[in-house]
Amino acid sequence: MKALVWHGTTDIRCDSVPDPQIEHPRDAIIKVTSCAICGSDLHLYDHFMPGMKSGDIMGHETMGEVVEVGAESKGKLKVGDRVVIPFTIICGECDQCKRGNFSVCERTNRNGHIAAKAFGHTTAGLFGYTHLTGGYPGGQAEYLRVPFADATHIKVPNGIPDEKLLFLSDIFPTGWQAAVQCDIEPTDTVAIWGAGPVGQMAIRSAILLGAKQVIAIDRVPERLDMARAGGAITINFDEESVIERLNELTNGKGPEKCIDAVGMEAHAAGTVDAMYDRVKQATMMETDRPHVLREMAYVCRPAGTLSIPGVYGGLLDKIPFGAIMNKGLTIRTGQTHVNRWTDDLLRRIEEGQIDPSFVITHTVGLNEGPDMYKIFRDKQDGCIKVVLKP
Amino acid sequence: MRYETERTRRRGHADTATDTLARGLGIFSIALGIAEIAAPRALARALGMKGQEGLIAGYGVREIATGIGILASKDPTPWIWGRVAGDGLDLATLATALEGRNPKKGNVGIAMAAVAGMTALDVYCAQTLSRETPHPLPPMQDYSDRTGYPGGIEQSHGAARDFEVPRDFRAPEAMRPYTQPQTPQRPMPSM
Repeated sequence: MKALVWHGTTDIRCDSVPDPQIEHPRDAIIKVTSCAICGSDLHLYDHFMPGMKSGDIMGHETMGEVVEVGAESKGKLKVGDRVVIPFTIICGECDQCKRGNFSVCERTNRNGHIAAKAFGHTTAGLFGYTHLTGGYPGGQAEYLRVPFADATHIKVPNGIPDEKLLFLSDIFPTGWQAAVQCDIEPTDTVAIWGAGPVGQMAIRSAILLGAKQVIAIDRVPERLDMARAGGAITINFDEESVIERLNELTNGKGPEKCIDAVGMEAHAAGTVDAMYDRVKQATMMETDRPHVLREMAYVCRPAGTLSIPGVYGGLLDKIPFGAIMNKGLTIRTGQTHVNRWTDDLLRRIEEGQIDPSFVITHTVGLNEGPDMYKIFRDKQDGCIKVVLKP
Repeated sequence: MRYETERTRRRGHADTATDTLARGLGIFSIALGIAEIAAPRALARALGMKGQEGLIAGYGVREIATGIGILASKDPTPWIWGRVAGDGLDLATLATALEGRNPKKGNVGIAMAAVAGMTALDVYCAQTLSRETPHPLPPMQDYSDRTGYPGGIEQSHGAARDFEVPRDFRAPEAMRPYTQPQTPQRPMPSM
């Protein structure tokens, strides 16, 4: 089959690889009908995340049709079922899964001992996202083996196009969880750093949850345009001071709820701390560039909440914990517990409250995937979200 | 480092190889600057330039400033040209050490050859970056109709207020918005 394969920094190719096989009775194989490139795939493309090996198949936003089912998954899945595959692989049986904390499933990361060394404990296995999270082949391919398939799937009805459903795999529930973590009140201002795909979903989720005011911060004109379409007031951080503008929009009090939809590769040229991060990162003295975290902690209203869906990988420097402690801020973060939210979100799509396909700007074949990584990374051609059709 | 904004998009398409070279030169600048500041005496001794330690440390500061400029700026081109100018200064300074009876002339020659090599690399990088013809901006994509709300924003705003936030995601009660309780109205004394 054809698949997008990681060979090194900024080197992704469309290769021919062996078809996946059932390896365990709980497995299933799906024929991929649509998959997408996620912003967090760019951390792998640029090799900011450790733990990739040449030959790894990329991708964790995938949907398709079941073509083979292992013996132990047959009660839950059958050939022909239409499924979206969540990016977190879940067993559905461990203590964390029973609590709904699917992204920290205790059993699905087959390299859990490595994750435990890095993070203290294992986290869930993920598709196509380094050997720290299990080294499972990803879904930017013609076929995907789904481990623990009896639990790791979202059944979706026929009659709704892939484009409306595909993002149940990651970015829609991720933006939703980011907003839910804010426990939004009707009087709240929600400020969202980053108007990429997750930021766009967080904007719509905050609107659905009834926030009084939503503010999006970015500098890419097309992203700001799309954020305004979703009901956000926008701040272009290249043209105006984020802190001043946020205070102005909240009568000097700061937003109650702040969402970091940027993560480890923040761009904020011109600020002192951004220069500091660039130098430290270039000389390998820091793994992540946490400019957004610093800004959020500074501007957030006392007793407010910082919600962090943005991906961080390692060690962060100069975090103003004094501000966080003294202002009594609540921090909520984590990978997304996808299956915890998808029944509710699927209903909202069916009821027409939201159509997540608004975010798609490019649809191409799998063989054009490597070029699209570069275009997406460099934010060329108005690229916000790429869907691949194997 | 470039091509991420309206302003930088005017420069055209990114040349990743040249950008990587520029980034490498920035890191090299910082490393060299640290060495010059940390060990000016050892360098002066090796080059037979005793008494010039202050100058060497000063050049170290220049190298670090240039390196930070390259790594932190959106467009490193002027900073790379700055390195070229600095290379000229380095070569001129080293040339003074070739005069007279400097017993370390051999080391000075090696240093000058190394600086000349770096100068060639700096000039190549700066010229490649400068040569990039500014392309006219491609027309911006219009996403103003990409609302994501099939029934319009008014219909969707607050549509999920029926969603019950799970207990483990709820804000602590003490952190919810504080509403001043109504003070009971005291009956006015009758006149």
